[in-house]
Amino acid sequence: MKFAVIVFPGSNGDIDMFHAIKDELGEEVEYVPHTADSLAGFDGILLPGGFSYGDYLRTGAIARFSNVMGEVVKAANEGVPVLGVCNGFQILLEAGLLPGAMRRNRELAFICKPTQLVVENNKTMFTSGYEIGETITIPIAHGEGNYYCDEETMKLLKQNNQIVFTYDGENPNGSLEGIAGIMNENGNVLGMMPHPERAVDQLLGSADGLKLFQSIVRNWRENHVVNA
Amino acid sequence: MSLMLEPSPEKIRSQRVYAEMGLSDEEFAMVENILGRTPNYTETGLFSVMWSEHCSYKNSKPVLKKFPVTGEKVLQGPGEGAGIVDIGDGQAVVFKIESHNHPSAIEPYQGAATGVGGIIRDVFSMGARPIAILNSLRFGELDNARVKYLFKEVVAGIAGYGNCIGIPTVGGEIQFDPSYEGNPLVNAMCVGLINHEDIQKGQARGVGNTVMYVGAKTGRDGIHGATFASEELTESSDENRPAVQVGDPFMEKLLLEACLELIHNDALVGIQDMGAAGLASSSAEMASKAGSGIEMNLDLVPQRETGMTAYEMMLSESQERMLIVVKKGREQEITDLFSKYDLEAVAVGVVTEEKVLKLTHKGNVVANVPVDALAEDAPVYHKPSSEPQLYRDFQAMKIEVPNIVNFKETLISLLSQPTIASKEWVYNQYDYMVRTSTVVAPGSDAAVVRIRETNKALAMTTDCNSRYLYLDPEVGGKIAVAEAARNIVCSGAEPLAVTDNLNFGNPEKPEIFWQIEKAADGISEACRTLSTPVIGGNVSLYNETNGEAIYPTPVIGMVGLVHDLTHITTQEFKNPGDLIYVIGETKEEFGGSELQKMLEGKIYGQSPSIDLEIEQQRQKQLLNAIQSGYVASAHDVAEGGLAVALAEALFGTENLGARVVVENEAVTALFSETQSRFVVSVSPENREAFESTVQDAYCIGEVNNNGVLTISRKQEGLVIDASVQELEAAWRGAIPCLLN
Repeated sequence: MKFAVIVFPGSNGDIDMFHAIKDELGEEVEYVPHTADSLAGFDGILLPGGFSYGDYLRTGAIARFSNVMGEVVKAANEGVPVLGVCNGFQILLEAGLLPGAMRRNRELAFICKPTQLVVENNKTMFTSGYEIGETITIPIAHGEGNYYCDEETMKLLKQNNQIVFTYDGENPNGSLEGIAGIMNENGNVLGMMPHPERAVDQLLGSADGLKLFQSIVRNWRENHVVNA
Repeated sequence: MSLMLEPSPEKIRSQRVYAEMGLSDEEFAMVENILGRTPNYTETGLFSVMWSEHCSYKNSKPVLKKFPVTGEKVLQGPGEGAGIVDIGDGQAVVFKIESHNHPSAIEPYQGAATGVGGIIRDVFSMGARPIAILNSLRFGELDNARVKYLFKEVVAGIAGYGNCIGIPTVGGEIQFDPSYEGNPLVNAMCVGLINHEDIQKGQARGVGNTVMYVGAKTGRDGIHGATFASEELTESSDENRPAVQVGDPFMEKLLLEACLELIHNDALVGIQDMGAAGLASSSAEMASKAGSGIEMNLDLVPQRETGMTAYEMMLSESQERMLIVVKKGREQEITDLFSKYDLEAVAVGVVTEEKVLKLTHKGNVVANVPVDALAEDAPVYHKPSSEPQLYRDFQAMKIEVPNIVNFKETLISLLSQPTIASKEWVYNQYDYMVRTSTVVAPGSDAAVVRIRETNKALAMTTDCNSRYLYLDPEVGGKIAVAEAARNIVCSGAEPLAVTDNLNFGNPEKPEIFWQIEKAADGISEACRTLSTPVIGGNVSLYNETNGEAIYPTPVIGMVGLVHDLTHITTQEFKNPGDLIYVIGETKEEFGGSELQKMLEGKIYGQSPSIDLEIEQQRQKQLLNAIQSGYVASAHDVAEGGLAVALAEALFGTENLGARVVVENEAVTALFSETQSRFVVSVSPENREAFESTVQDAYCIGEVNNNGVLTISRKQEGLVIDASVQELEAAWRGAIPCLLN
């Protein structure tokens, strides 16, 4: 399986994402610049964390107009797995690939620390390797991770099982219903504030994020390799 | 501003305009002598910033000469953007510390943010990839709104810059004391990694080569920042707010990536950050170091504002700019490279044979001065020094062992002192994990960052207990280095080298200059004994508010090499049943201690003593034991003494406890700050091997899993019996509580 790590000006989680895929997952991965015209040949698309365009105007608000985003939307509509982490999640919200919006953290300060997440839905291409209700340790590092949506949207998120991760125990940023990650109705676009790519090596404190990437690969293989 | 007429040379002389810029009468006479004429306004500005303490080290040079600066692994000592030390396998570590004290006192968010931005540029201007940021901060007591505001905004500024640019802030230290109330200290350190062949120099070599300006445009911000940094702060210092720069970490991220691509292009000859004194210092220094000159046309300098004068452009400290020299004829390549990152790279001048800095603006020559006069040949002063009466008084005092009734309450109070309390509130605002290499996060003795594709890691720390230096600058200087090295050793690394940030008061006062000299003597001796040369640093003088100096605060930044990832050790106890050792004997030493400060609200007497030979021997033995795998945890005994060290070793563990028995008189055993001590835990099966490796280790108890710390004295029985939860709550809650 071949992954694309999209690099916007100001991305800084791109290296971490790249190494997680290459070194720990052992799959093919390439950096793709924001200017790219095509994502042909990539089986999974990763939008990394960072401060694309310096977070000017609003997080993700400028990145979503960059050249490559047209291709990301196209691929998402074709069912290609798309994972946005942190700033990547914010960009997916701005691009309309996921519903809702991000506000500043409740305490109005950046927070970096390991958090406990509950896997709310394991019937997804991103989480099938986890148990339902399992608690996993994945760090957060953001200033704007306070997820918000209107009641109607929340109803739909719940109805369609689109809430994938919630924070266990203390809600670090004030996010609605403790939401840490949601997916689209189709189930192929996941946005999450915690960083699974920072939790792929026990040396750094947790390897709980690795299963997320492994799930993507396993599901992709089942659909593409076994049937081929 | 553009309409304002610049004073003529005659007026500069007759109305002593130069004095407002920071030049003395003697210095102005020297300038006239060098030029053979009276300088114009732009030239006067050039000399005033280049001869400021901040740029020229004119008052500190004789002191800096004391430092050992060489070693077999040192690839680059002081003099370039940052020092470089070999770490094997063709790689090297690059690091430096720098202060941004005065700007942070006036505009704390931007002052701190641009301090971080500046030190990062120093590191990548050497060609290195920045991999970690540390800091060292000092504030007044957290008991008034102004200090709380400074503290919150400085932390936010460091976070804002470091998080955005994507370099983890992995460590640091913070102390609170009234002496910093009006003059906080904000020192930032950056550590980078480089392959030997990529090492760059800030030199303008090759007559005819092109001088290019890259990065952000020049505005009117930060004009005379270096001069402002070389004066005492007064009640009117707020008027200097325009001398504080504004940072743009997004711009710097682009500049960083562009420059790291640039170093692989053989068109590049030299590169230097436009830091303090911006275009003036970068051009003069690059030319002076190469023995050449530079001619620049200021009309070509990218400008953010209209009508800027030559004086303003040369003295601006706008951020995120670099000056580079490239081979003649290759300019377009460089412009194309930078345009990929949406950055400007503009040819603004040429390297010349004649060793002068010649500037033209709107068709006129606006400056024509010898580069060496600006850079290398700046005046050097040997300031008078005198031993203060206060020091003699401190030395003569006999300190009694404090009388303590309730040991548990005393320990809880100590753990709640902001200098000792958990700094989570601070470091949880820093992205300390980005780049996914932080093996030991903030909160342990030293941070540890792995080096990808090797089995090695770098340990790094900043340290300085300025209370000891206030009582005795020489001994305090030794302790600062020794404690930094202790932190490095406790993490399982071999100490490599030091970068220092000498923060002191006004050097024109003989008592202050005496502090600087003595501290440098102590630092030098410790660096020699511990084999950690000083490879660069920064001097920040005039840290005074309304005539009152800060405590002498020479912050030591140290980096060590972890030879094998399995050597990495942290301060927390690991397993029930492990034996607890204290390495080193304990004496009655309370001068400058946290206990003295807490009980009496002031510090006095003699600082703790230190024997560097013993220190070196113990560090060597402990490192040997750690590398041999005998040690489960290691923590240095610092502020608050043994009781605090034991408590800290229990925090963050899964309900571990400890049962400890001490022999000394209890107050001394628990709270004395005797140096060269460590608390380590050792699994019982390693007992013999450990004891035969480390000489002065005394087994004082064992780790258990009952979540309680008990300390008893052989004769008196139980002295402390406290749940770790209770201790930890006090320790974690102290700073958030003070801020609310």
